[in-house]
Amino acid sequence: MTNDSKLDNNAPTSIIEKKGTGLRTLLLSSIGNCRPNWVNYAFLAAFVILLVVTATMSDVFFTQRNLSNLMRQTVTNGVLSLGMLIVILTGGIDLSVAPIVALTGIMVAGFSNQGMPLSLAILICLGVGAAVGAINGLFIARFKLQPFIVTLATLGAIRGLVYVYSDVPITPIDPSFRAVLGAGMVGPFPISALIMLASYPLVWFFLNRTRSGRAIVAIGGNEEAVRLAGINVTWNIFLAYILSGLFAGLAGVILASRLGISQPSVGAGFELNAIAACVIGGAILGGGGGSTFGTLAGVVALGMIDNLLNLFNVQSYYQQILKGVIILVAVLARRKQR
Amino acid sequence: MGNSDYLVMKGISKSFDGTQALRGVDFSAVKGEVHAISGENGAGKSTLVKILSGALPCDKGEIFLDGKPIELGSPLRARQLGIYAVYQDFSLIPHLTIAENILLGQMPTTRVHEVIDWKKAYLRAENILKNIGFTGIDVRKSVRQLSVSHQQMVEIAKAVADQRKVLILDEPSAVLSQEELNRLFALVRQLKKQGTIILYISHRLDEVFEIADRITVLKDGQLVGTVKPQESDQNQLIRMMVGRSLGEIFPVRNSPSGEVALEVRRLTQKESYWDISFSLRRGEILGMFGLVGSGRTQVARGIFGADRFTSGEILLNGRSIHPRSPREAVSAGIALLTEDRKRDGLIMNCTIRDNVSLASYSQLSKFGVVNRNKQATEVKKLVQDLDVRPPLLDRLASHLSGGNQQKLVLAKWLMTHAKVLILDEPTRGVDVATKVEIYHIIDNLARDGMCILLISSELLEILGMSDRALVMREGRLVGEFARTDANEERLLASAAGVSR
Repeated sequence: MTNDSKLDNNAPTSIIEKKGTGLRTLLLSSIGNCRPNWVNYAFLAAFVILLVVTATMSDVFFTQRNLSNLMRQTVTNGVLSLGMLIVILTGGIDLSVAPIVALTGIMVAGFSNQGMPLSLAILICLGVGAAVGAINGLFIARFKLQPFIVTLATLGAIRGLVYVYSDVPITPIDPSFRAVLGAGMVGPFPISALIMLASYPLVWFFLNRTRSGRAIVAIGGNEEAVRLAGINVTWNIFLAYILSGLFAGLAGVILASRLGISQPSVGAGFELNAIAACVIGGAILGGGGGSTFGTLAGVVALGMIDNLLNLFNVQSYYQQILKGVIILVAVLARRKQR
Repeated sequence: MGNSDYLVMKGISKSFDGTQALRGVDFSAVKGEVHAISGENGAGKSTLVKILSGALPCDKGEIFLDGKPIELGSPLRARQLGIYAVYQDFSLIPHLTIAENILLGQMPTTRVHEVIDWKKAYLRAENILKNIGFTGIDVRKSVRQLSVSHQQMVEIAKAVADQRKVLILDEPSAVLSQEELNRLFALVRQLKKQGTIILYISHRLDEVFEIADRITVLKDGQLVGTVKPQESDQNQLIRMMVGRSLGEIFPVRNSPSGEVALEVRRLTQKESYWDISFSLRRGEILGMFGLVGSGRTQVARGIFGADRFTSGEILLNGRSIHPRSPREAVSAGIALLTEDRKRDGLIMNCTIRDNVSLASYSQLSKFGVVNRNKQATEVKKLVQDLDVRPPLLDRLASHLSGGNQQKLVLAKWLMTHAKVLILDEPTRGVDVATKVEIYHIIDNLARDGMCILLISSELLEILGMSDRALVMREGRLVGEFARTDANEERLLASAAGVSR
């Protein structure tokens, strides 16, 4: 409970900050622009229109059941996008998050079924996520290989590793696994959603208030200038990939507990959703811009679209097409500002 | 405006985000004229030529070429009309060959269409380079292997690959050595004879006086006047540009130097410099002169740990140090202001606050968390001390003028409380007024006991600022002059390797 009240205390400040950073990142992504705001307003307007249309057309959307479902469904992408944002800010990309989700999901179930205490299993799996991130980071930061290639390689390798660990789905026996992370609620909020929502201010703080965070943002802008300023660029890029792996591990554990079963095949396309959320939120691939709360907006927007289309029983193929269009439109709108 | 005016710009106005960059500027040039456009940073020179080259649309005004009104919708349209601009920021493609860059869009093909005739291309590119007096360069090399000054020459070669009616050179000399500059001037005179109009934009007044037939001065987006060099002098021009007489440009250096703080012994890096030895006293400004490519920058980077050196020793306050990275150098108290602020000095899309504190985060944070109040206080103080405008901490670096950007880089290093400050071309691409400010800042730092190594290819800067001057040539230290012994001829002769 103490944790929750702390969170509440932080909430108002984070909203104020949100405005500040939103504006600032908008400026970041729109160099030399005299009207930095209209795209954000346009997104907000589209969002409100979407909500109104839904409210009139579907009587299910605003039920508590649907809303908490919506929150649970956005958690995976919400957590993944945070790690992705950090990596994108350095000018990199992490394609390997999806198999990390599968790996940590299946390992947490496997460990717990072998009698390991749940909390320890979760901790180990977060460590596994971070370790995979560290491998990416090692090749990218230390050996200066291209992030796209390195994470493409680990994307395949880790997926293979998942199937080596188990080529059949594992159902966790421990009932608390599902109950706490998956179905647990605090008031109207799913626990998993609270974890995600708490992560956002933390990452915001990391990126805006800490030495490493500022270095990461700066590296995406001009890596050589950062190196010549006496900052350890290698370490900070390494750290970015560790964090991405860590968040992917967290997403894996949460997803497994929501589904109640760990599939080795889970996660295909997750990295694209995360990249999409960052980009819709104003991040620039190749570094040089991005915002924590913009990313959250991207995550929520993508989640809502999924949810609405489900409510209207639209086939998932159409959902994918629509999502693709939305990403293109969002990027186009941001680009036009410049 | 005479009847012979070939190029006429009338009542050109342009505003950005509500600030008026140009107000009703009239400008004209006759065929075969070198017309210089001068003014401080932000006076509107670049805006004017960008409008002429089709890179920017103007809000108001008309442009006539050969008596006919022209519409410039795009750089391509301007090129078709024979107007071509070489900008400060290169438009070269780094991983393509020199030949491809010069002949971009007009590569010769063999009889089978669409197949490039490389032999012909190399030959043609070589000829173009030879015509501008630039020999001994392999056009098969990729552009990124070239030094900045050679890249500039390629850029110029690209501009003259075709016949041009109007050629705009925006700060062409900023990265050129004296010798290369002479070649450029020879080329300009040659083009002039062919009837090309050359618009020459430069901060360096001595250059402008040497090459220009007429000089038009802009100030705050308005036309101040047009003068002929033979009827004017530098002081008048400076007065026109800044609206006041600047008096002495360089501060009077009379502060005594203290004990030796930095000692460099036989520093060698096998490919670029050998046996560099010198010492630097507290409160001393030590100038380092040399042509571009003489190895000055490499020595600075070696001392700073940005590149490794193969042998030699560096002593700081009597203790031997061996910085293997800029991080180690910074924590030892050494700072390096690099020559190219855009490439490796600033994070353009970050704020003043971020840029100034970039090198000082270790002093500003506890347990990795940045103390925002302390950061704001210190950045604000430096921004005020150096008179960075506007003094807004959240302003992006890319929104500042060149002079203010340079102050930002300087502020970044002052914030680290370095003991040794290496300045590599600290006033490059900076207007006269800011130059003077920077000179006074450097002087004050030396008075406060800082050791300053001032690297410059501007002779006047070296002569005006240094207590002692070193000269480098082809990777070796070839001369050392006390302030009283140093003069233009001696330093130049030493740098060029000519006997006096």
